[in-house]
This record gives sequence, C-alpha cells and structure tokens, in this order.
Amino acid sequence: MSDSTNQLLNNLNALVTGLFLLTSFGIVAMRQARGVLHLFIAQSLLLAASAALLGLRYTSDHLYGVALVNVISKAIIVPWLLRKTAPSEVYTRREVDQVLNIPTALLIALAFAILAYFLGLPLLNSVAPEFRSLNVPIGIAGLLLGAFTLTVRREAVPLLIGLLAMENGAFLCDIAIARNLPLLVELAIATDGLIIVFIMGVLTRAVQKQIGATAVGELDSLKEATVEPAEKEGTK
Amino acid sequence: MSVLIVLLLPLIATALVCLPFKRSWAAGVTVVSSLAALVLSARVAWLVSEGNSVTVDLSAGWLKWIAVDGLSALILLLIAFVATTAAIFSVGYMAHGNLKPAKLRLYYINYNLFVFSMLAIPVLAEPTLVWIAVELTTLCSALLVSFENTREALEAAWKYVVLSLMGAGMALFGFLVLFAAMQASLSTGAYTWVGSGSAGAYTWDGLVATAPTMPPVLLQTAFLLILIGLGTKVGLVPMHTWLPDAHSQAPSPVCALLSGIETTSILYVILRLFPVMQAAPNSHAETWALVLGLISVGTAAFLLLQVKDYKRMFAFSTVEHMGIILTAVGLGASAAGYGAMQQIVSHCVTKSFCFFAAGTVLLTVGTRRIASVRGLIRQSPIAGAALVFGGLAIAGAPPMAVFLSEFSILKAGLTQKEYVATGLLAIFIVIAFFGIMLHVNRMVFGAPENEASPTNSETGSTLQRFTASTLPVSCRLALILAAVPVLVLGFYLPQPLHDLLTQAAGALTK
Repeated sequence: MSDSTNQLLNNLNALVTGLFLLTSFGIVAMRQARGVLHLFIAQSLLLAASAALLGLRYTSDHLYGVALVNVISKAIIVPWLLRKTAPSEVYTRREVDQVLNIPTALLIALAFAILAYFLGLPLLNSVAPEFRSLNVPIGIAGLLLGAFTLTVRREAVPLLIGLLAMENGAFLCDIAIARNLPLLVELAIATDGLIIVFIMGVLTRAVQKQIGATAVGELDSLKEATVEPAEKEGTK
Repeated sequence: MSVLIVLLLPLIATALVCLPFKRSWAAGVTVVSSLAALVLSARVAWLVSEGNSVTVDLSAGWLKWIAVDGLSALILLLIAFVATTAAIFSVGYMAHGNLKPAKLRLYYINYNLFVFSMLAIPVLAEPTLVWIAVELTTLCSALLVSFENTREALEAAWKYVVLSLMGAGMALFGFLVLFAAMQASLSTGAYTWVGSGSAGAYTWDGLVATAPTMPPVLLQTAFLLILIGLGTKVGLVPMHTWLPDAHSQAPSPVCALLSGIETTSILYVILRLFPVMQAAPNSHAETWALVLGLISVGTAAFLLLQVKDYKRMFAFSTVEHMGIILTAVGLGASAAGYGAMQQIVSHCVTKSFCFFAAGTVLLTVGTRRIASVRGLIRQSPIAGAALVFGGLAIAGAPPMAVFLSEFSILKAGLTQKEYVATGLLAIFIVIAFFGIMLHVNRMVFGAPENEASPTNSETGSTLQRFTASTLPVSCRLALILAAVPVLVLGFYLPQPLHDLLTQAAGALTK
C-alpha cells in the first residue's frame, strides 16, 4: 500500500479513536440511562471502525472478523438483550444523585486519561509505532474510565455499561498490539459479554422487584460490624 | 480422553436436570454426575502422579487447548471432590425451603454450569480461554449467590458480579498484553500454532519457554494486571470487600463451592504465571506475592475477631487462607511451594466442611448471628460437634490437615531465612486461631441467653427447623465424607497424593 494511503488511514484512525475517548467521557457523565446505552453503541461502532481501518492497513482478514463480531454483538444483540431482560423502567430514569457531581467526575476522568497516556508509554516503547501510539493509550483510558464509571454510578444500567466499556477499552488496545489472537477467542469473549448482559439484566429485574428501584447503589446493608440483618427493617 | 468426559459430565447433567421429572430427579442426576466426575478426575490425577502424561485423543488442532500436568490435576481433583460433597449436601439442604420445582431446577442448572466452568479452568491451557472460564464462574454463580432473593442476597450478588467482572476486565487486558509480549519476542513476528510446549504457542508451557526473550516491561505489566484483576476474585486484600458478602449470603452448599474451591481455582491461574516470571530476568513476582499475601492474612486475622455472622467468619478465614498460600509461594523455595500445595488441599477440604457445618447450624437454629446462637451442643449435638470440629480444623489445630500444611510453610520459611515474613505469618495465624475459636466456643458451649429467640430473623421465617434427629441423611453423609480427608490428611499423606503434590510444586518453579 502506498504511503499516502497509509497516512490517510492513520488520520482516519486518529479521528475514530479520538471519538472513542469522547464517548468514554460521555459514559462517565451522561445522566440518562438511555443516553448511556446509545453512547455505548456508538463506542462499539467506533471500536469496530478502528479494527476495520487496521484490517485495511495490514490487510488482515482477522481484524475484519473482529470488527464484524463487535458490531453484531455489541451494537445489535446487547441492546436487544437488555430490553428483553432488564425492566423497561430503567431507561427512563434520570440519575439525580450521583456520587460525584458532573464537573468533578469529568475532571477526575481527565486525570485518568492523562494517567493512561503515561501508563501506555512503556508499552509503546516495546511495540512498533503507527496505530499503536493511538490505540494503546486510548484503550487504557477507556479501561480506566470504565472502571471509574463503576465507582461513580448507582443505577444498574450505567454500571453494566461501565463494565462493557472496560472491555471495549481492552479490545481497542488488543487490536493494535495482539492482532493475531485466534478469532475463536474473540468470539468467546464477545459471547461472554452477552452472558454478562443477560445475568446482570436478570439481577436488575430481581433488584427492582425487591426494592422497587434499580438504584443498586442504595443497596448498602452488608457491612462489617454495623447493623445486623436481624435488627434491620425492610427485610422480608 | 477422560479429561474431556469430566468436562462433559456437568453439561450433560445440566441438560438432564432441565427435564421436568420429580423433585428428587435433579438432585439425583447432579450427585451421580459429580460422583462420576470425581472418579474420573481421580483417575487422571493418579495417572499424572505416576508420571504419565495424560493425552487427549483428539486431532492435533485441539491439543493446544487442553493439557493436564501435576498442578492442574490437583486442582481438578479438588474441584471434583468439593462438587461431589456439596451436591450431596444440597440434597438435604435445598429440601428445607419448600421451593417450587422450577426454582429447584434453576438451582441445579446453575450448580452444574458453575461446576463445569470451574472444571474448565485447570484443564484449559490457553490463557485467554482460561480467562473466559474464570468469567463464566462469576456469571454462573451470580444467580446462585442471589438465590434466596432477599435484599441482602441481591446486594451480595450485585457486588460480587460488578467487582469480579471489573477485576476480570483488568485481567483480560493483562492477558492481551501477555500475548503482545509473546508476539514481540518472536523475531519472525509470525505467529503460528505449534506444539503446545514449544516457544511461540500461547499456552502456559509455551509462555514459560518464550519468557526469557519477552520484553520485561510488557511481562511485568501483564503480571501486575492479572495479579490485581484475578486477585479481586481470589479475595486478596484490599480487593476483598465483596467476598464476605457473597460467601455468606449464598446457600451453604454454594458457599462451600465458592469459598472452598472457586477462590483456589482462580488462585491457580495466578500461580501459573510464577514459572513464567521466574524464566524472565529480574522479575519481582515473589515479592509482590509475599507483600499481598501478608497484607491479606493480617487484615483477615484482625477482621475475624469482630465478625457478627458465623458464615462471614468462615468467609474471612478464606481471605486469610488465600493470603497464606500466596505468602508461601512468595517465600519461593521448593519446600514452601510444596507447603503451598498442601495448604491448597487442606483449605479446600476443610473450608467446604466448615460451610457444611455452618449450613447444618443454620438449619438447626435458623439465624446467622453469632450472638443468637448459644449452647448449640445441647440443642443439637451434631451441629455443635461439626462446628467445633470445623472451627478447630480451619483454625489450624493439630492433628488436622491445615495444621500440617501451615506448619510445613512456616518451616520452609525459616529454612529460607525469611524471618520477618515467617514471624508475621505465624503471629497472624495465631490471632486468626483465637478469633475463630472465640466465636465457635461461645456459640457451642456458651450459656443460652433467654432473651429474644431468633425466630424473627429473616432466614428463620421460611425455614423448617431441624433437630439433631431429623437432620436429613444426605447432610449427615456429606458432613462425614467431607470430614474424612480433613482428619486423615493431618497425619497420613498417601503416596500418590504426595507425588502429585511434589509435581504440582514442581510446576510452580521453572
């Protein structure tokens, strides 16, 4: 492939990974559950786009496979499965009392993104440049921001999306540094993501039945040496 | 071949359980299939201990994904053992709640899937596939933890799933970095599936063979990510917060599986990385293990003193034991490695017994609060005796299995001249001993208080109480079966098991 085409692909990938980072921030901050889900779908599509661009660059069928698996599992099956399992009420919920307010959360998220760049540096030195210089730090940032989402959100669906976003981040790295991972493994990981959605959806439904809300952050009775189950009200 | 059958058995059982027959059908199928799995894994372990390699009669394409050596055979055997005793205990335990047949079937479906996912961990040799098996253990057991559907159980299950999966996300990244490290070390850059043991295959053996030429930065990063990520699921402090919740809220036979064997089989995945790290120049895997292990033992020992719930007590003791095993590996000598393997065995058999005992107590008194249980020995001699035996055994009193293994770890530590670490370990073990015995002693021999009988507790409402004479036969049987190795391994180690342990310890070092 000619240099100019490669340059173009590099630039396109830069755009795609940049948008990927933006969606990660969005998942941290977006209040409406439905919005978080849409952002996640966008993120998965961007991940697939990056995989496809890399596939074009290295003429690797395997990466096209990864892109396809991602689009099908995350952009199509995950939302469908979530609608089937989790109670529909969760989509309309706005999360009013987050653990942190949005500006603070975004500032911390920014710090995480910068940290991710420094964490990625030593990794970059030992793998070749080009795409990697973008995918590795942004992938790590996606991972960290997903984990951060898990700590600041209290509603079930955003928490679930946080988990899946972590996986997306790991994948964004993966397509750049571990290109030849057997497709079977990628397929298995995608299936695993679907099982996660199913199980958490079922749990969410059970939680909603039990406490009448899906704010799992309000479940905080199990602690060391505080109120004991027998003395607490609200149990069965 | 028998390795594959071991894996297939729980899947077949899952399918059979789905058939809508009588109530006892599901339980019977599960017991029979886990017994068969136990026999077959014992055979595999026997073959491996005699130095035979266990070959899988499949096309070469499959060989790379399945491999059983001493370490994996040991874990396989332990999983099958605990799965069997827990299945027997389930028969009686699950009968108490007057569950609907559909709900009972759901329990056994999840149970068998959970056992399947655990059995897959030691058998698989490809790290990313092992990671998927680890994920599946979380997902299959999530609905078991929330089985009782109380507010607490749901909270525990939610915490369990979110934290474990968060850890698994880190670990996935670690495994991918490991893969990248391996690719980077191959000069040709071409990645091919070759024989499972040679350099360049992404298997445990292949990793050890490739490790000396891997970029150290990538290897270190991968190791730390996997240690922290999977350490979450093992319950290492400070990532342990979900563990006492999940391990106390699940039904008791499930607790035995979670605490007795699931933690250990995840720890096995971490242990697999130690030979890789030793093959690489100046890695600090042992130091990390030592520090994390000691922190876990210490924290758990002090938390044990102030628990209010006896199932939580045993859960914290699991954190302590995982710390001990990791510390032993961190001590780094082959003697300590042997001690670590011994500790794995004694932890699995003893902890599963402890949760059966706790389940029996729960069936008898209907509450999990330590303060509400007094004078148990008069109320139900069986439950009282089992609890005392379990408490003594898990705390490490002679002549039980845990005493022997802890003793050999401490001895190995002293010969290694790691005086500070060994001293700390000994102190923490003693503190934990007193913590456990203090509670057990009060529960079993304490004078009964006349205030508030525990009928109003949340578990008491649905339970049909059992007295010593009406305790289901299957529960008694499971208690006896589980107690045998706890006692016997304390003073007699059969030769095949000794060989297996030696081989397993050998797999820990390069």
